[in-house]
Amino acid sequence: MFNSSKRAGAFAALAVSFALVATGCAATGGDSGDDGNLSITFLPKNLGNAYFDTSDAGGEEAIAEFGGTYAEVGPATGSPDGQVSYINTLTQQGVGAIALSANDPSALCDAIGEARDAGVKVVTFDADTSPDCRDLFINQADSAGIAKVQVDLIAEQIGDAGQIAILSATANATNQNAWIELMKTELAANHPDIELVEVVYGDDDDQTSFDKTAALLQTYPELKGIVSPTTVGISAAARYLQDSSFKGKVQLTGLGTPNQMRDFVNDGTVTAFALWNPGDLGYLAAYGAKALIEGDITGAEGDEFDAGKLGSYTVGADGTVLLGDPYTFNKENIADFDF
Amino acid sequence: MTGTTAARTYRDYSQPLWRRLLISREAAVIGALALVIVVSMISVRAFAQPITITYLFLDIAPILLIALPMTLVIITGEIDLSVASIVGLSSVTVGVLHQNGMPIPAAALVALLVGLIAGAINGALITMVGLPSLAVTIGTLALYRGLAVGLLGTTAVTEFNKFWTDIAKSKIGDTAIPSVVILIVVLALVFGILLHFTTFGRGIFAIGLSPEAARFSGVNVERTKFILFMLSGVVSALAGIYYTLRFGSARGDNATGLELSVIAAVLLGGVSIFGGRGALPGVLAGVLLIGTLASALRLANVTSDVINVITGTLLIASVVGTSFLAWARNKRARPGGTRGNSPTATG
Repeated sequence: MFNSSKRAGAFAALAVSFALVATGCAATGGDSGDDGNLSITFLPKNLGNAYFDTSDAGGEEAIAEFGGTYAEVGPATGSPDGQVSYINTLTQQGVGAIALSANDPSALCDAIGEARDAGVKVVTFDADTSPDCRDLFINQADSAGIAKVQVDLIAEQIGDAGQIAILSATANATNQNAWIELMKTELAANHPDIELVEVVYGDDDDQTSFDKTAALLQTYPELKGIVSPTTVGISAAARYLQDSSFKGKVQLTGLGTPNQMRDFVNDGTVTAFALWNPGDLGYLAAYGAKALIEGDITGAEGDEFDAGKLGSYTVGADGTVLLGDPYTFNKENIADFDF
Repeated sequence: MTGTTAARTYRDYSQPLWRRLLISREAAVIGALALVIVVSMISVRAFAQPITITYLFLDIAPILLIALPMTLVIITGEIDLSVASIVGLSSVTVGVLHQNGMPIPAAALVALLVGLIAGAINGALITMVGLPSLAVTIGTLALYRGLAVGLLGTTAVTEFNKFWTDIAKSKIGDTAIPSVVILIVVLALVFGILLHFTTFGRGIFAIGLSPEAARFSGVNVERTKFILFMLSGVVSALAGIYYTLRFGSARGDNATGLELSVIAAVLLGGVSIFGGRGALPGVLAGVLLIGTLASALRLANVTSDVINVITGTLLIASVVGTSFLAWARNKRARPGGTRGNSPTATG
């Protein structure tokens, strides 16, 4: 009996020390909500993701500029229920605003509703919820802008004349198909000397995209350029070109991420490609949150707000703010990005 | 090993009931829970408010529910790893049926039936074919999750009648306690009585200590296990219905990985992974302890990976701690004795 109670006692002591250690490290980070309204917390889809590290760093920069309090929390894996727990927590803490990339368009809505009832402003970026859930959505790019930048890049790289092909994702990929239609319109309207010979589908699979690139180059010996509006396709095509005799002769552009494309840009396989800048996206989300907190905007169409170095922005339909034209990555600037 | 276990069991039961309860592992977990609550109320901002209770119970309700049958399964020395996949399958069942016009109560009944069948398949493979539950339920973990994701793909059903989603989140009267707690309390009483106050429950412990001995003393080992796996399936399906309505979203990947949270809480609550030992009050306290700790740490802006590290360490420390103390006690009781070499058997 004596021994048994000792055992229980020791276990309790162990638990005490754990709780103390736990809450001890908690106390240091625990006062982010105390500075009043301008405490803005970023809630990415998951932590440890280079894309969101970049966007949240942009948010931190903006928040430092206007003197708010920045924090970042998030689930370890990209699950909606994990995000709900964090939205609840932030509601309890009474933060000024949450900048959120949603893991599910509707599963978060109730939690967001409770947060907004408690006076917390909710800005989504990168991935939206249903428009009626949140205050503002920062949209990274619109279809017309994405289509135009890719046409502009390939036209510049091949001298605005000659045969090109498109290496897309799957045949029924909604985004890619919309972009390809807009690219065709843009080519017909402004680039009469460029001929689009074929659209092929790499199914967003690395090996399939690689093989389709090889087939394209065999089929069309006169081919001058390939546009791949998918990150899987562009890196597979670049890998094929890099080791082939077509390197430098056939131009490649499209949508990619700097970490995937860095080698190909540095060795000249690819001159330039496009995507949005996630850092700017987070920066704009932070300024949007500030404008909501300070009551400058309500998220209604036509509202205007200032966004520091990015200039002035106007809220569009459905409470959406468009970041702007896609960002072009090339040899000069690619070293500045890590995502 | 059996000798040590018998000796321990013998000594424990030589104490009066109140004394055994007071100094049990369960009491230690409940004590740790109380401590975490008190420390958090003092040192974590925004913890000491009623809404903490609301969010805590809404979050851990599925774990609390599934932990009930899981406790019984683990006490028999078996394990059910497929529970989270059954949650997903049940969620998708409700979603797909509702999307095609079936009212929620009917869709929920079908989901419970699906859970029962899923549990029965586990039970049949384990008791009739004689396969180990670890292997069977790893298989059905993948199988049921695959079916769930296959039925809905990457899409989600999100159009649910607000009446039902509101019930899932409602509170008892004007209190901060969610209504789902009533369901949990009722089921906890049912499972508690079943485990601790019936012949069926004594059989569960007997199977965990020694299936051979249990069989010879008249316990129908196969039937008991089969029933437990079916209960596990049904309760997991129930958790799946709650999960779907609470988040208003039926997805194939709902509750992925939940089985590990459930098993961790059950072990923390003092149930032996080798079977034969454990009690429901300790398990409920174990779930609450992990949930409260996570809630307090999140409020203190501790990141999720650190929370996982702390929860994992707590679990290991509690298992190692009790084993070590048991070893030390044995050593003192029999200086130079050889039995101190098998601490886990007495854990």
